[in-house]
Amino acid sequence: MTQKIFEVRFHGRGGQGAKTASQFLAEAALDEGKYIQAFPEYGPERTGAPMRAFVRISDEPIRIHSGVEHPDLVLVIDPSLIGIVDVTEGLTDAGIVMVNSPKSPQEIGAQLKFTGKLYTIDATTIALQELGKNIPNTCVLGALLKVLPIVKIDAMKKQMEHKFGKKFGEAMVQKNLKAIQRGFDEVKG
Amino acid sequence: MSDTTKKAFTGADAASWAMKQINPDVVAAYPMTPQTAIVQNFARYVADGLVDTEYVTAESEHSVMSATIGAVAAGGRAMTATSSAGLALMAEMVGVASGLRLPMVMAVANRALSAPINIHGDHSDVYLVKDLGWIQVFSEDPQEVYENMIMAVRISEHPDIQLPVEVNQDGFITSHAVERVDVLEDATVQEFVGQKKLDKYLLDLEHPVTIGPLELQDYYFETQKQRNDAMFKAMEVIPQIEAEFSKITGKIYGWLEEYRMDDAEVAIVVMSSTAGTAKGVVDAMREQGKKVGLIKPRYIRPFPADALVASLKKVKRAAVMDRAISFGAEGGALFNELSSAMYQRDGQTHMQSILFGLGGRDITPADIEGIFQGLLDGDEQLIKYVGVRE
Repeated sequence: MTQKIFEVRFHGRGGQGAKTASQFLAEAALDEGKYIQAFPEYGPERTGAPMRAFVRISDEPIRIHSGVEHPDLVLVIDPSLIGIVDVTEGLTDAGIVMVNSPKSPQEIGAQLKFTGKLYTIDATTIALQELGKNIPNTCVLGALLKVLPIVKIDAMKKQMEHKFGKKFGEAMVQKNLKAIQRGFDEVKG
Repeated sequence: MSDTTKKAFTGADAASWAMKQINPDVVAAYPMTPQTAIVQNFARYVADGLVDTEYVTAESEHSVMSATIGAVAAGGRAMTATSSAGLALMAEMVGVASGLRLPMVMAVANRALSAPINIHGDHSDVYLVKDLGWIQVFSEDPQEVYENMIMAVRISEHPDIQLPVEVNQDGFITSHAVERVDVLEDATVQEFVGQKKLDKYLLDLEHPVTIGPLELQDYYFETQKQRNDAMFKAMEVIPQIEAEFSKITGKIYGWLEEYRMDDAEVAIVVMSSTAGTAKGVVDAMREQGKKVGLIKPRYIRPFPADALVASLKKVKRAAVMDRAISFGAEGGALFNELSSAMYQRDGQTHMQSILFGLGGRDITPADIEGIFQGLLDGDEQLIKYVGVRE
């Protein structure tokens, strides 16, 4: 049987947490009993340089180990990448695009010349308000869970508490949980 | 089947977790991309007091292997890990470890050799050392890395073998991709690997021995033959140890894995992560009624010639994929060994050498489908590069 695997591509810049976000998504899916794969595209890693990260989620063991060519969903964590990298590459009209931007989905859709399903979330503003830093990754994940309930938001929050608790402390966990919830609540599209 | 816990692990995590559960006496290491994640994890386990291991941070891989050799010669259970340039630098001591018949396990995240410098996955590093007397096992995914690491301890230390084992995984593709890994309980792993049984060792003051004396025309040749005999003894022992481990995991291991080979007309032979990708292609082409199959060698040292040829003889044509170039050779190293083994066994399977994926160049399902289609169409090209720009 050919496997049905849900594939996600993250576009971000080094330091914005695209890799962390991709692993959160995968690990939350694992907690829900799915099989997962999460891997960034490693190049010369530099803060601020365009980078991509990938996630695969499936009900069955995942055997493929090549790059994601035709994602079902693209997450653009940094809107300044639009026009610099081809964020809709490989997407079909059935694919979904989620962009971190204060703009409306219509405006971004026109910019990308993309006619499929498109959502926006003003994650940078939310991250600055909630975290005091321009790290929009957790907020974008919250928005993703609203439009695509492959993983429940509670599973993602649990994952966040588990992962961030040890590393960053309780205060940062609470701020990120709020950013996830606001992403979930405020997504447009 | 024993209780397992599911983890989100990279191949590097899987290797270091197995090392933690094995709890060796000594780990010596030097960081080398992409192996670094393995020894970084393990250093944390040491710092957190989760293992009893003496952790030696050496100044080079040559010293890493020297320290590991010393630890095993003294009577300890020792492990290490490396990649690419690290493996190349330690190569002199890699041969010493097996020449002295010192059991140890080394995790290798396979990576391209310089130059040009490249950090990504291919098999040029392991091919460089494959003839130095180590048992070489390859892992398709993090799960297999984990299981191979645990079995490797028993294989290496078996009294009839006493050879080091290298557990290979594809750099970045496997070492840095998070996947689901089902891990065993610490106690289960401890029970399986057991206490190292000591025979002759330097710190046995009651029975002094010399390890590594000079041997000239008098004994050197005999010692090398014994090393080779041990490799062939491993052909008998490895299946026994795998069968014992199968009782714990419920999985079948073996010299190779066959995928949909029973009525296949053509086959691809490929190791490591690419075998996983190829399984998906086999399924897709089978749905179109095309009789394709896959052979995934797990070991190349010792070289399981009988098992591989028996499997290859089921098909009319086969493509053998090597993720490294033996410069100037007529095709890849695995292709050449398999062709030779096929000829010696009067096999008629038509063989093609595929060179692919150097420096981490992605090998896509479409690439693999193209190879299968070439076989089905009777492509006569002996050596083919896949995924390279002309």
